[in-house]
Amino acid sequence: MQTETRSEQFQPPSLIGTLLRKLHIDIPLMIGLLLIALLSFVILYSASGQDLDVLMRQAARVGLAFLLMTALAHVDPYQFKRYSALLFGIGIVLLLAVLILGQIGKGAQRWLDLGFFRFQPSEMIKITTPMMIAWYLSEHPLPPRAKHLFIATLLILLPTLLIAKQPDLGTALLVASSGAAVLFFSGLSWWLISAIAVTLAGLTPVLWHFMRDYQRDRVHTFLNPEADPLGRGYHIIQSKIAIGSGGIHGKGWLGSSQSKLDFLPESSTDFIFAVFAEEFGLFGCVGLLSLYLLIIARCLYIASQTKDTYSRLLASSLAFTFFVYVFVNIGMVIGVLPVVGVPLPLISYGGTSVVTLLAGFGILMSIHTHKKYLIQP
Amino acid sequence: MSRFHTIKDNRVENRLFLNRIIAAFMLILLLTSGLIVRLVYLQIVGHEHYSTLAKDNSIKIEPLVPTRGIIYDRHGKVLAENTQSFSLELIPEQIPDLNETLARLQKLLDIPDDKIEQYQRQRKRQKTFTSTALLLGMNDEEIAKFSVMRPYFPGVDIKIGLVRNYPYKELSSHVLGYVSRINEAEIKTLPAAEYRGSTYIGKLGIEAAYETLLHGKTGYAEIETNVRGRAINNVNSVAPESGANLYLTLDIDLQKTAYDALEEFNGAVVAIEIKTGGVLVLASRPGFDPNPFVVGIGNDEYQALQASDSQPLYNRALRGLYPPGSTMKPFIALAGLEYNAIGYEQKHFCPGYYQLPGVSHKYRDWRKSGHGSVSMNEAITESCDVYFYNLASVLGIDRMHKFLQRFGFGERTGIDLIGEKTGLLPSQEWKRQQKKQAWYPGETIITGIGQGYLQVSPLQLARATATLGNHGDIVTPFLVDKIVSAHSTTVGPETHQGSMHINEDNVNKIIAGMINVVHGEHGTAKLISKGIPYQIAGKTGTAQVYSIKQEETYNENNIPFKLRDHALFIALAPADDPKIAVAVVAEHGSHGGSMAAPIAAKVIKQFLEEPHAD
Repeated sequence: MQTETRSEQFQPPSLIGTLLRKLHIDIPLMIGLLLIALLSFVILYSASGQDLDVLMRQAARVGLAFLLMTALAHVDPYQFKRYSALLFGIGIVLLLAVLILGQIGKGAQRWLDLGFFRFQPSEMIKITTPMMIAWYLSEHPLPPRAKHLFIATLLILLPTLLIAKQPDLGTALLVASSGAAVLFFSGLSWWLISAIAVTLAGLTPVLWHFMRDYQRDRVHTFLNPEADPLGRGYHIIQSKIAIGSGGIHGKGWLGSSQSKLDFLPESSTDFIFAVFAEEFGLFGCVGLLSLYLLIIARCLYIASQTKDTYSRLLASSLAFTFFVYVFVNIGMVIGVLPVVGVPLPLISYGGTSVVTLLAGFGILMSIHTHKKYLIQP
Repeated sequence: MSRFHTIKDNRVENRLFLNRIIAAFMLILLLTSGLIVRLVYLQIVGHEHYSTLAKDNSIKIEPLVPTRGIIYDRHGKVLAENTQSFSLELIPEQIPDLNETLARLQKLLDIPDDKIEQYQRQRKRQKTFTSTALLLGMNDEEIAKFSVMRPYFPGVDIKIGLVRNYPYKELSSHVLGYVSRINEAEIKTLPAAEYRGSTYIGKLGIEAAYETLLHGKTGYAEIETNVRGRAINNVNSVAPESGANLYLTLDIDLQKTAYDALEEFNGAVVAIEIKTGGVLVLASRPGFDPNPFVVGIGNDEYQALQASDSQPLYNRALRGLYPPGSTMKPFIALAGLEYNAIGYEQKHFCPGYYQLPGVSHKYRDWRKSGHGSVSMNEAITESCDVYFYNLASVLGIDRMHKFLQRFGFGERTGIDLIGEKTGLLPSQEWKRQQKKQAWYPGETIITGIGQGYLQVSPLQLARATATLGNHGDIVTPFLVDKIVSAHSTTVGPETHQGSMHINEDNVNKIIAGMINVVHGEHGTAKLISKGIPYQIAGKTGTAQVYSIKQEETYNENNIPFKLRDHALFIALAPADDPKIAVAVVAEHGSHGGSMAAPIAAKVIKQFLEEPHAD
C-alpha cells in the first residue's frame, strides 16, 4: 500500500490535475452540479414566461453560491469539526432572535434584516444541525449508546421545534431529517429504527392536534384536492394536469401551455417540476431523477471513502438530506405528499436554498479533497 | 460490554458505516422508483385524461366576487353602500408597449406617480390577459378625456364596477373605518380562495371588525377557455354569496348633532343607550372623508391628513386618553358610600385648600375662597375639590382602584371595534411595576379629583356613566345590532354582565347630587337646565393639560389655546329613569359647565324629544 502511494506521488503530475487539486474541487460532483444548474436556467426561462431578468438574477445567485462552495471546499474539514458546536449555538440564538422579533412584529417571520440582505437562520441551521450531531456522536464510540442517542435527539428537536414555530414546516422537516440521517449513519440499531417508525405513526393524531389550521388544510387538500378547486386544491389539480398532459415525450421546451397560461401557480418556485414534466415528459423526468441520483451516489461514495468519523457522518447526512429535498418536492408536486414549502433543489427560483445546498456540497468537496492530510490510524 | 466499547473499534465502525451507506442508497433507489411509478401513472396511464383537461379547450376557474354588505344606522339610513363607479383598466397582453402607454395616460389624465407604481405592483401579481385597474372612481372629466382618445389606447378601457361609498363622510369615518385595496402584507395572511378576485378589504372600524361577514362568500365559474386563455363558454358556476348587511345601534342624525355641537373644538362625544349598551353616538372630531381611501388616496393628501395638528385620523372616542377630572367625583363619592368611609350627610369644611397632616403643600380648591361646610350632595353639586381630597385620603388608592375597576376603567370596554385603548387606572402595584417607585400619599389625593395618572377614553367614561344609570350593573357597549345575511338574521350581543351588587340607595344618592349639578341653584352646569321638561343628572369636569405652580393662579386668557384645560361632561337622562348616558370631551374647551355640558344637552334633547318611529 505504502509503496504504491509513494510511487504515485513520484509520477509527474499533470497540469490540470495539479490545478484541480489546488482548487479542491471534485470533478464528478462539479460536473453534476453544473449540469443541474444549466438545466435550472433552461427550465426557469420557460417557467418565468421567458423573462431574462429572472434568469439573470438567478444566474447571479447561483454564481455566488458556486463561489461560496469553492471557498468552503478550501477549508480543512478539521475546522468544520472544531467550530461545529459554536456554529450550531449561533444558529440557535439567531433562530430565537427571529422568533422573538417575529412576535414583536406580529405574524410569521423567518428572516433577520441585516440591512443589505435578509438572512434566514433556518437556512444556516440546515447545515449546522448535522454538523453538530456528527461532532457530538463522533466524540463517542459508535454505534451510539442510549444516553448519547437521547442527547442527540434533543439537539435535533431544538432547532426543529424553533423552526416549526415560525411556522415553516418544510424547513423543520428538512432539519429534522438531516439530524436523523446522522443518527442513521452512526449505526442506530434497526429495531430502534422500526420502534421509532411505529411510534411516529402512533403520534400522528397528536401531531394533528398541534397543527395550525392552514397546515391541516394542506393535509385535507392533499387527501382530497377536488373538494376545493378554487382555493387550496388548485395547486395540486393544476400541477397534475400539467404533468399528465406532458406524456412520455413532453411538449418540448417552451411548449408548456399550462404554466404559460398561468394555470399553474408558483410555476417558477415550488412547482417548477410540473413545468419541467410538462415540457420534457416522462423521459425528461427520469433523466432529471437520474442526474439527482448520480450526484447523491457520488456524495455517498465520498462519504464511504472517508475514514474520519465526523467527516463521513456529515458527508453521508448531507447527501441523504439532498435526496429528502428532491423527494419531498417532487412528491408534493406529483401529489403523493402534502404541500409543504420545499423548493426543488438547485432548480427552483430563489437564492437562499441554492446557497445552502451548494455550501453543503462545498463541505463535501472539502472532506473529499483534504482527506489525504488527515492522520489515519 | 460497554467497557469494551469505550475503546473505538475502527474496523467495526467502518463495516457498520459501509452497511449503512448501502442501506441508505437502497432506500433512495426504492423511493425514487416510487416517484417514477407515480410519474408513469400520470404521464402514461393518465395522459389522455389530463390532456383533454389541458389541451386546446381548458376549464378555467374564475372567481365570482360577492357584493359587500351594506351598513345601516338604527333608523335604516345607509352609512356604507356600493355605488357604480368607473375605473380605467388595462390588459397588458393587448398593449403593444405598456410603459409608453402608461406614460401617455399619465400625461392625458394627470395621474400621480404613486398610482402608476401601485398599478405596476398590482400588475406583477396578475396574469397578462387579466384586466387590472389603474384608476378607480374616475370623475366625469377623466371619463370624457379618455373617451375621446380611446382609439389610441388599445387594451385600455373604462369599466363599470362597484365601489364603496360613505355618504356621511367625516361624520361616520371613525365608526365605520373604510375599505381599501388589499395590500401585499394582507395577501399573505388572507384565505386565498375567499379573496381571489376581491379588490377591497376593511381597514378600520366596523369595516375591519366585521370584515368576514361584510365580504361574503366568493363563488366561482368554471369557464371553458381557448388556448390563449379567453372565455368561450360557461360550464358550471357557484354563485357568490353577498356579504351580510349590518344594522348599527348608531343614530347618524344624533351623531351629526353631536359632531356639529363640538363646533371648532377637537374632541369626542359618546352616547350609550343604557338598557342595551347600544352605542348611539361615537363621534370624534375632526373626522376625515374616507372615500378617497377607497379609490386610493394620493400621497400628498394622505401626508396632509397625517401632519395635521388636529389629527383627523385619530379616533378620539375610542383611543383618545384624557384625565377625567371632576367627572370622576360621582364615582369616588359612590366608593365612599359603598365602603362606609363617609356618610352622605356628613359635612366636611372646605377652606379653599387641603393639606396632608405634617406636609406644607397646599392642594387647592378651584374656588380660592372655599366652599365652607359641604355635604356629599353639595360637594358634587359645586364640585368641591377639598371634599374629594379628603375622601380620597380616607379611602386610599387601592380601594379607589378596586372600586373604579368595577366601572370598567383601566380596561377595554369590549366594544365591537378594533384598537380600543385601555386607559390607565393607577394603583400601588401598578406604580411599583411600571415606574419602579413607591406610591406617594399626594398621588392619592389628586386621584380623588380625577387628576394624576388616571387616563380614560371618552368611551370608557360614557360606559361608566351608563353603568351608574343602570343601577350600577355594568353595561357593555356595542355597535352592531343586527346582522342580516342570506340565510339568517342575528340580533345584537348579550349586553349585561350581571349585577355588581352595588346598593341602589347609594346610587340614587349620587344621582341626586348629579341632578343638582344641572338643576340646583349652585350647580356647575345649571346653564343647560332651562326649558327642558325632564331632569338631567350630570357632572362637569376640567382636565388639566398644563399644571400651574403652587402660587400661580390659572387665568385662561394668559395661557395659549393648546395648553388650556380640556372640558368634560358626563350626563344621564331622564334622571328618574335613565335611558341615555353621554360623555363629552372638548379639547382645550376650558370649562365643563359652559363648553361641554351644552353639547351633551343637545344630544339628550334630540334623543328624548324627537323619538323616531322604530
